Amino acid sequence: MTASQAPAVRVVLFEGVGSEPLAPADRYVLVSTLLQAGYGVTRVRHAAPAAIEPGRGPVAVLGRFAERPPAEAQDAATGDRIFFRDLGGTPPDQAVELLEAINADAGLRRPGGWKPWFPVIDFGRCTNCMQCLTFCLFDVYGVSPEKQIRVQNPSNCKTDCPACSRVCPEVAILFPKYRMGPINGDEVRVEDIHREKMKVDISALLGGDIYAALRQRSVDAKERFTRERDEKRALEERKKCLAKLQQALDIPPEVLAALPSQDQISAKLEQALNRSGQGS
Amino acid sequence: MTSEPQPRIVYCHCAYAQVVPPDVKQHVLRELTDREVAFEAVPDLCEMAARKDPSLAGIAGGGPVRLAACYPRAVKWLFVSAGSPLPETGVEIVNMRTATADEAAAAMLRGDSTNGEIA
Repeated sequence: MTASQAPAVRVVLFEGVGSEPLAPADRYVLVSTLLQAGYGVTRVRHAAPAAIEPGRGPVAVLGRFAERPPAEAQDAATGDRIFFRDLGGTPPDQAVELLEAINADAGLRRPGGWKPWFPVIDFGRCTNCMQCLTFCLFDVYGVSPEKQIRVQNPSNCKTDCPACSRVCPEVAILFPKYRMGPINGDEVRVEDIHREKMKVDISALLGGDIYAALRQRSVDAKERFTRERDEKRALEERKKCLAKLQQALDIPPEVLAALPSQDQISAKLEQALNRSGQGS
Repeated sequence: MTSEPQPRIVYCHCAYAQVVPPDVKQHVLRELTDREVAFEAVPDLCEMAARKDPSLAGIAGGGPVRLAACYPRAVKWLFVSAGSPLPETGVEIVNMRTATADEAAAAMLRGDSTNGEIA
């Protein structure tokens, strides 16, 4: 599943004039249920025009209305569709069903379904060295027409893989949903910079660079297999090597197993720079 | 006597990961929903940034804002990545990953006279 560009319906919980406020406990259940289902909720206490900001896509206005509202209206300026639904009689934990019905009727996108895992660049630290672009296996990175590194295809990112942040010498790549700092966005300390660099250096010391190390291990394992005809041992060796690297860099094994060659890396960088020159 | 306008309140539920302690999220949301305050609750700022959701531009350009989310460095660059950088001033970010539930809720409602309605 990837990130769709289409906005899902946005909920306005209207508790202003003409709508009876919900009990706090019901409000909490309603809002938390909608959030968990992926719907954003704006709570409005007064009829402030700013509450329904135009140009943000379809809106569902929920409330306990004193008078029956129209089922649907349209923002005159933007054409955004505005749906009204009365919460009377709907338990707060079932409000999602009202929105699901709107989605089905109006052909709108259902929110959710994708864990938003992608790199975020701290341009206060980034030196535009392009190591992330060359390292990433999934074409997440690209180069802007100004030759600046950028995250071009966030939904291509391998969920839970922070590998590119590990090779960044400036600790400039964040994964906000990562469990540990500074990759999660925590402040970068001097010791973090040393530690991150050390990890990359350790992998480099294994045999020139991480790719070379892995390929060599693979070759060695194959040779041993041929020499000794000991499939089990070779596989164990490979597993051990991958486990070590995975532990050191926190990289999923399937990513390690698919690392490109140095030639492929060079070609990739060249292609990205050429594309950026074409204004893509 | 004039009083400072209350900042707009934005709460991120970080719905698609378990990195924000659930008790902190729940407590902050419960405090917000218990009060007479207007707020905007978003399911996940990361997901919105990935989609370059136009709502982020509204948050960034809508005047003083107080965000309950995660690390300020992450939030700052998420908005940049979405093409809607937060302004240099008037932005408060409450980190629900490091604050206790009480600290986070108090920080979000600071200055609220509990019935100070913001809409």
